[in-house]
Amino acid sequence: MENTNLNNQVVNLTKEDFVCDQIVKWCPGCGDHAILKVLQDVFPQIGKKKEDICVVSGIGCSSRFPHYMNTYGFHSIHGRACAIATGVKLANPNLSVWIVTGDGDCTAIGGNHFIHAVRRNMDMNLLLFNNRIYGMTKGQFSPCTFRGTVTKTSPQGTYEDPFNVGELVIGAGGKFFARGVDINTKELTDICMRAQKHDGMSVIEVLQNCMIFSNGVHENITGKDVRDDMQVKCEHGKPLIFGKERNKGLRLNGNKLEVVTIGENGITEKDILVHDEKEENTGIHMMLAHMMPPAFPVAIGVIRNVEAPTYDDCLTDVIERESAKSNIKTVDDLLNSGTTWDIK
Amino acid sequence: MANRTKVVELEHVVIRFAGDSGDGMQLTGNLFSDSTALAGNDFATFPDYPGEIRPPQGTVSGVSGFQVHFGHKPVHTTGDLCDVLVAMNPASIKANMRWLKPGTTIIFDVDSMNDKALEKAGYTSDPTQDDTLSQYKVVKAPITSMTLEALKDFGWDRKAMLKSKNMFALGIVMYLFNRDITMLNAYFNNKFKNKPEVIKANQTVVAAGYSYADTMEIFANTYRIEPANLAKGKYRDITGNVATAWGLMAAAERSGRQIFCGSYPITPATDILAELVKYKNLKVKAFQAEDEIAGICSSLGASFAGCLAVTTTSGPGLSLKSEALGLAVMTELPLVVVDVQRGGPSTGLPTKSEQSDLMQALYGRNGDAPLIVLAARSSADCFYSAYEAAKLAMEHMTPVILLTEGALGNGSEILRIPRVADLPAIVPPIAKANDPEYQPYKRDEAKLSRQWALPGTEGLRHRISGLEKANGSGNLSLDPKNHQLMVELREEKVQRVANYIPEQEIVGDPNADLLVVSWGGTYGVVLSVIEKMLEEGKSVAHAHFRHIMPLPKNTAKVLSGHKKILVCENNNGQFVNYLREKMPDFKYEQFNKIQGLPFLTAELENKFNDLLK
Repeated sequence: MENTNLNNQVVNLTKEDFVCDQIVKWCPGCGDHAILKVLQDVFPQIGKKKEDICVVSGIGCSSRFPHYMNTYGFHSIHGRACAIATGVKLANPNLSVWIVTGDGDCTAIGGNHFIHAVRRNMDMNLLLFNNRIYGMTKGQFSPCTFRGTVTKTSPQGTYEDPFNVGELVIGAGGKFFARGVDINTKELTDICMRAQKHDGMSVIEVLQNCMIFSNGVHENITGKDVRDDMQVKCEHGKPLIFGKERNKGLRLNGNKLEVVTIGENGITEKDILVHDEKEENTGIHMMLAHMMPPAFPVAIGVIRNVEAPTYDDCLTDVIERESAKSNIKTVDDLLNSGTTWDIK
Repeated sequence: MANRTKVVELEHVVIRFAGDSGDGMQLTGNLFSDSTALAGNDFATFPDYPGEIRPPQGTVSGVSGFQVHFGHKPVHTTGDLCDVLVAMNPASIKANMRWLKPGTTIIFDVDSMNDKALEKAGYTSDPTQDDTLSQYKVVKAPITSMTLEALKDFGWDRKAMLKSKNMFALGIVMYLFNRDITMLNAYFNNKFKNKPEVIKANQTVVAAGYSYADTMEIFANTYRIEPANLAKGKYRDITGNVATAWGLMAAAERSGRQIFCGSYPITPATDILAELVKYKNLKVKAFQAEDEIAGICSSLGASFAGCLAVTTTSGPGLSLKSEALGLAVMTELPLVVVDVQRGGPSTGLPTKSEQSDLMQALYGRNGDAPLIVLAARSSADCFYSAYEAAKLAMEHMTPVILLTEGALGNGSEILRIPRVADLPAIVPPIAKANDPEYQPYKRDEAKLSRQWALPGTEGLRHRISGLEKANGSGNLSLDPKNHQLMVELREEKVQRVANYIPEQEIVGDPNADLLVVSWGGTYGVVLSVIEKMLEEGKSVAHAHFRHIMPLPKNTAKVLSGHKKILVCENNNGQFVNYLREKMPDFKYEQFNKIQGLPFLTAELENKFNDLLK
């Protein structure tokens, strides 16, 4: 594949450029394998030299990711990927920074760093592998586990409600939120490309299957028999139509979304809500992110994509402005500024 | 203005300005220390303000103080007991009784005295009438009413006029020390640039205070302190926290690395972050993080990406940073962690100074996780300590903890302004692009440090992690022998830093009967006492440690040949226990003061003399 980098130099990169010599140690059949291939497909296309890409992770199965990508990588400690990545990006804003994390890493121990990285709108891309379980520690419930789920640490079922990642991101002031499915690699590739193009913090929730500890947790969304009826693809400017027969749609009724059938009760395509990912008001994006089976399909694709100043650009701008106008150019100037006196 | 009273020469003086939080005592103290600088004295200052932002007015907890210690001889401390106390209300006397000595001059605003003020201060009777202050020289000056009188033609309301009463007090003190009040004009002109009336008011009130002291002959004599015999050069006044920030910035400039500081506000370290954020003009990247952990983690990320990375904190914050410090040890990245220590454990005494994070700095991580530990000895020394911390971190590819203290951070001292080019060179081991020999954990033969391969550099892509790595290749490794090798290499790397730091110095006879050992901010007060006792011919010596991990190579030699070794520190015996572990061939006595207060010269002198008996 041939493309240009930001300096308009031609960069010829292929998937092989990003394949690492390390043995991939995820379980056979794990959704992570598919996501790894997606990113190895995406990186040659983003217009960056391979040394200008940095992958940062925390701890967990997903966080092994950097070891399998032939880029600069930092596999850090539990929950801290967003904080470490923030430092990487601020130190060198030219880097394309990708964070790979899981539902436990990102929304439990790393929850604070996550919401603040989102709020600041750091120009980074974050893939949150959501399998609704702690895999590496072998099967404890996470903040994304559904109420009532029996796990190693909830033998009677959990008695707490999970986070909805989309609502969390949008609630934290997020400007870009998308959702994809591990096995829908083409769709996920498109989403990653959109995330890369977005200036600011892009969060991609990947519904990812853990074969061992939460196998089938997304089956009611991704199963072959149900997926057409239980996924609605969000495409900017297009009506939110879904279903095997492409005859179901989302309609705004009062202040709620509802599922309607085109051709029934006088409903036509014109009644169907047209997706607007650029709408600054979070209301409809929040409702789309919230939808869950069985009453609603799950919204897939780019749900929110709003332009806003990024933290890293703002810092760069202030530095440029202040250094241009200041008479203090060096630490020597600073040491000799203000009140000083001579001893002769 | 002529000075008609007798002038007495003094070696050094401690003066403390105290008043209600809103009385402007910090400004008064600062202006007085500026005039001290112009008079050519050596000096150090210390602000002592309440932890609360707006504590109850007129109460002891609301008293704000500012102390200036100045002299003809080198000044090593911010002073302990004061020669002069300026007290703007009864609570200011009550709050500072601890710092008085027989004969202290108390300049008291007698207009502030009334039943309500006495009650708020917790006095049952007027301390200037009963025998509470019988040991002191109390000068009852009507500061409030004289200020109002001086400004009566300005047409201001009472509240506005009272804002200047601190300037009346300053005028009195300027008279007492034979200072020229016109030297204050530069400050007034600059501060109130577009408010000529305010400039005039301040000048008027200072002059009124000066004339009052002169014409009323309130002092039996005035004082003069001859200029100090300081090295030639340009000087400035600097607090420890500012000096720390500037030292780090100097290291960044000298090493060619941008500085990044990720920090979270915490008393008494916040001022370092607040200082660094000012210098966007010098390309300082300072980042206020969401918590202490994000502070250190963002810095470590920035270090990976090639910045001189710094995080600043105090004890409780250092606890939160422990796990990430372990990651810094494991990834062998340069990182400077500044811990401005305060009283602990837990929230402890946030506004009081202590030296009790030493063990945490040395050992507070999981696994065998050695790193460099340095301690600054004074406010101005924070500049050089921070510079050295950054140099060692980058050249040896390791985290460094720099211990300073609340009293050093907030206190100020004069700094002879260095030239950055004259500071030691800093040469980080940055890997070269497309180096075919590059391996993430290949080590320098002498230092054992790995190379710093910066993201964005062609041909050096690599991954680092908190997992154990194979030495050399840096690939993940669970090999048992490799782990032992790596643990030993990380330890040896830090130990070898001893080859790159100066030898331990000793003041006094290397075979003196009593060797006094100190580290960190106890330097000044211990040295003052040692100097005095050496003049008296006593057999004492002083070894002050800046380098704690590793210890200087000649440490055992310095500790040898004494009848007694006394370790003085503001904690319950952390350094002395460290020495007992590292240098077990010696017997140590210990002197520990853990009151949130510095040692007093008198108590040290008594202790030293006891041990010499």
